[in-house]
Amino acid sequence: MSTQHAERTRSGAWDGFRGGLWRDAIDVRDFIQQNYTPYEGDAAFLAGPTERTARIWRRITELFPEERAKGVLDVSWDTPSTITAHAPGYIDRDEELIVGLQTDAPLKRAIMPNGGWRMVAGALRTYGYPVDPELERVFTVHRKTHNAGVFDAYTPAIRAARKAGVVTGLPDAYGRGRIIGDYRRVALYGVDRLIAAKREEKAGLDAAPADPRTLEGVIREREELAEQIRALEELKEMAASYGHDISGPAATAQQAVQWLYFAYLGAVKEQNGAAMSLGRTSTFLDVYLERDLAEGRLTERRAQELIDDFIIKLRIVRFLRTPEYDELFSGDPTWVTESIGGIGTDGRPLVTRTSFRYLQTLYNLGPAPEPNLTVFWSPKLPQGFKEFCARVSVDTSSVQYESDELMRPRFGDDTAIACCVSAMEVGKQMQFFGARVNLAKTLLYAINGGRDERTGEQVGPETGPIESEVLDYDELLARFDRQLEWLAETYVHALNVIHYMHDKYAYERLEMALHDRDVRRTMACGIAGLAVAADSLSAVKYATVRPVRDGSGLAVDYTVEGEYPAYGNNDDRADGLAVGLVEEFMRKVRKHPTYRGAEHTQSVLTITSNVVYGRKTGATPDGRRAGEPFSPGANPMNGRDTHGYVASALSVAKLPYDAAQDGISLTNTVTPDALGRTPEERVRNLAGVLDGYTAVGGFHMNVNVLNRETLLDAMEHPEKYPQLTIRVSGYAVNFVRLTREQQLDVLNRTFHGSL
Amino acid sequence: MTVTLPAGARTVGSVHSWDLSTGVDGPGTRFVVFLAGCPLDCLYCHNPDTRQLRNGRRTTADAVVAEAAKCTAFIHAAGGGATVSGGEPLLQPAFAGELFHRFKHELGLHTALDTSGFLGARADDALLADVDLVLLDIKSWDRALHRRVTGRPLEPTLDFARRLADRGKEVHLRFVLVPGLTDPPGNVDGVASFAASLGNVSRVDVLPFHKLGRAKWEALGREFTLADTPVPTAEQVRAARDAFAAHGLHAV
Repeated sequence: MSTQHAERTRSGAWDGFRGGLWRDAIDVRDFIQQNYTPYEGDAAFLAGPTERTARIWRRITELFPEERAKGVLDVSWDTPSTITAHAPGYIDRDEELIVGLQTDAPLKRAIMPNGGWRMVAGALRTYGYPVDPELERVFTVHRKTHNAGVFDAYTPAIRAARKAGVVTGLPDAYGRGRIIGDYRRVALYGVDRLIAAKREEKAGLDAAPADPRTLEGVIREREELAEQIRALEELKEMAASYGHDISGPAATAQQAVQWLYFAYLGAVKEQNGAAMSLGRTSTFLDVYLERDLAEGRLTERRAQELIDDFIIKLRIVRFLRTPEYDELFSGDPTWVTESIGGIGTDGRPLVTRTSFRYLQTLYNLGPAPEPNLTVFWSPKLPQGFKEFCARVSVDTSSVQYESDELMRPRFGDDTAIACCVSAMEVGKQMQFFGARVNLAKTLLYAINGGRDERTGEQVGPETGPIESEVLDYDELLARFDRQLEWLAETYVHALNVIHYMHDKYAYERLEMALHDRDVRRTMACGIAGLAVAADSLSAVKYATVRPVRDGSGLAVDYTVEGEYPAYGNNDDRADGLAVGLVEEFMRKVRKHPTYRGAEHTQSVLTITSNVVYGRKTGATPDGRRAGEPFSPGANPMNGRDTHGYVASALSVAKLPYDAAQDGISLTNTVTPDALGRTPEERVRNLAGVLDGYTAVGGFHMNVNVLNRETLLDAMEHPEKYPQLTIRVSGYAVNFVRLTREQQLDVLNRTFHGSL
Repeated sequence: MTVTLPAGARTVGSVHSWDLSTGVDGPGTRFVVFLAGCPLDCLYCHNPDTRQLRNGRRTTADAVVAEAAKCTAFIHAAGGGATVSGGEPLLQPAFAGELFHRFKHELGLHTALDTSGFLGARADDALLADVDLVLLDIKSWDRALHRRVTGRPLEPTLDFARRLADRGKEVHLRFVLVPGLTDPPGNVDGVASFAASLGNVSRVDVLPFHKLGRAKWEALGREFTLADTPVPTAEQVRAARDAFAAHGLHAV
């Protein structure tokens, strides 16, 4: 661990930094603004992988085949994980520059029963590990879990909606995630200072509440703050077990990376959240790296090594999950999302050399789905950075892009993405993750008077079936409106229950310790099946749709006569229907009160659940067959967007961000030829496409540059493609780790090429 | 400039389809309108469904310009323009001319004409004034081979190429490399040497023959005679590019 140069003393940790508000209060953004050096050049300065880095990475990749074959490499089945539960673990103790693992060995997964014991026991049985009867007794008799709490309070209506799959993927049986601790705080201030600040925040709530309406809230906050302080103490203890004293601020770049990583590691030791995102760390760390480089304590080669080592750690974050979970979110994602780039409110680009260094890991270590590297795109970004991003995308398909122009005015310039497309100001905002509802199925409920098209059961309100021979647009719309009202009410009710219980039984103490006390909370609702619902409405409006009914009068199929304009062709007739759905559902959701006064938002995102949703949804009036997958996220339906991917993107860009501030996801898969004929042209043209999409108000774009033949070959010969990465609705996966059904879905998705 | 054009609503053309493409129909991201009808009958045509005028949809210039207008904000930010392709756009010179004029002057877009040049004589000076770039296909240098590949003589294309050179109009030349057909070294070299003599060819695209249009031939009930012809190897494509580069041309 020793460096060749003398370590800076603790008291001199901030030497050379420009002062500001950040010295007197916890304010990482101010520290960055006062101290960072924008970089406007190109990628020529970057260093390749060292032998040491290659060796460390090889030790990990050698474990992948066994992990892929078994599903999990190993499980620490007998130790419920906490920040301090496991002894230190290493990949290679002598060679690692940044240390720390979730358990005592790489890729060994932990159990985190506070979310729910059933899931832990189920996962252990799935992978052939013992279920410790003593632990089972603790978590079923003595210690209530989140999952148990939720099901105590669910209503029959919620249960029915959940079972039918009209509301689904809810975080009632797994950790909600999507909370980003400001892990940078630990590096900048050291843990002791953070504890002192938390004590002050707690003291601010010492007065006995006079208003009965605030009484429970104040008690809850005081308990939470106590938990946060305890978590910070444990974090110090965990770091100490690796030989690091993180009570004070980091004094060198290596320490800054290490301290920051310890903070993140503490979070993923304790929480099995659906998305455990990292935040916006590259430009923060750049201040430390540049200081050491300027003082001759670091070379570019070493700087890149530190980042490579850090990224290796982020690549091997693992959680123990059930097959049901994997089906919804396939490919073992962890959403270690890191937000890179963007423009500051003062107009300076937030791009630094370390922004490049993060992306460079995709070359030094090869493509990978994690961390989920997310570029905040703006036409104002420096050209050198734009072209490097585009080049990395063309070469690795591992980067996603989100509009800095949409986020900065709403969330400020210290915003990061949680999970796939959810923007939040780091350390000041969190969300209550709400999965999504199935709009396509709800439309079928409108036709069938609230009866489920697959089971015939009454799930939605009894509005009576539509009995006409040909579906009438106005009649359908009126019924649909009533079903949507019910859906919004049932949905928000379920989310309130879930998040009440999650706070109570599986509170994210360390992540919240790295937030301000008074955070902005959003209730992140979501919709799936948007394209199917919009196209179905378009079919009913512009073509002739006849339901095919079974003996009980249930419409189970549809015949479509004539043509209808489909969403995805830059045609307002269809795109307007999609816009209307997004706005209307948002309006309906906003009518219902939320837990802790969270602001209502929604996303148009499916992750990979578009396959499961499709399977659970009968035939739809747009001509989609029963069980066929939906398009992912806000994507138009496969093959119906016939004017190229840009026209398709123009349709998606019409969806109003203000009615979907939790993000609108678009995944584009293009062949290299569809971007240009030479590598330079492809890079320039892709950067142009991203400028164009941002300019017309598009929010998010996953970019895959792949040949269909490559994917077909990877299905047959997975061993040849261990690192083949492909972006799917908001995150990236190792293609060879998808289920066959999902691989086929990716293949069948519109491959935009050129003739 | 005071050119009076007929009102768009009255200018009607036969349009096969429109598309937004990147990097294949001229530089950047472009609105591409494919006009129906082509006087050539190329053996390797990948859009045989655009050959007949009657296969298009009667469409007003207004409608086409309105469609393009929906994409201009994107195109301006992305870099690119509008391309009139086909079929053969110059089979409908008045319609194509109005489109170029309006793309350029109403929408402020960079314009490209994608043509075989066979009907180049039909492009009057006013039309050419509204075209920023010509994507010119020269199918073969060998006259007999040209006739065999396209069913038509080569001379009109060469005349058009010279006229463009005289006007100093930027040209991207396209050459489709079909093994065993257009690839004899003398044939490639002939095109290259001619192109180099013009002075206005800023780029040559050597396009490897492919068979993705085959299904369209079958759908039209016509035999795709190149079904057994192999696609060129990377080595063959490189050799053709080198042949152009040897004449000082920028070949990709």
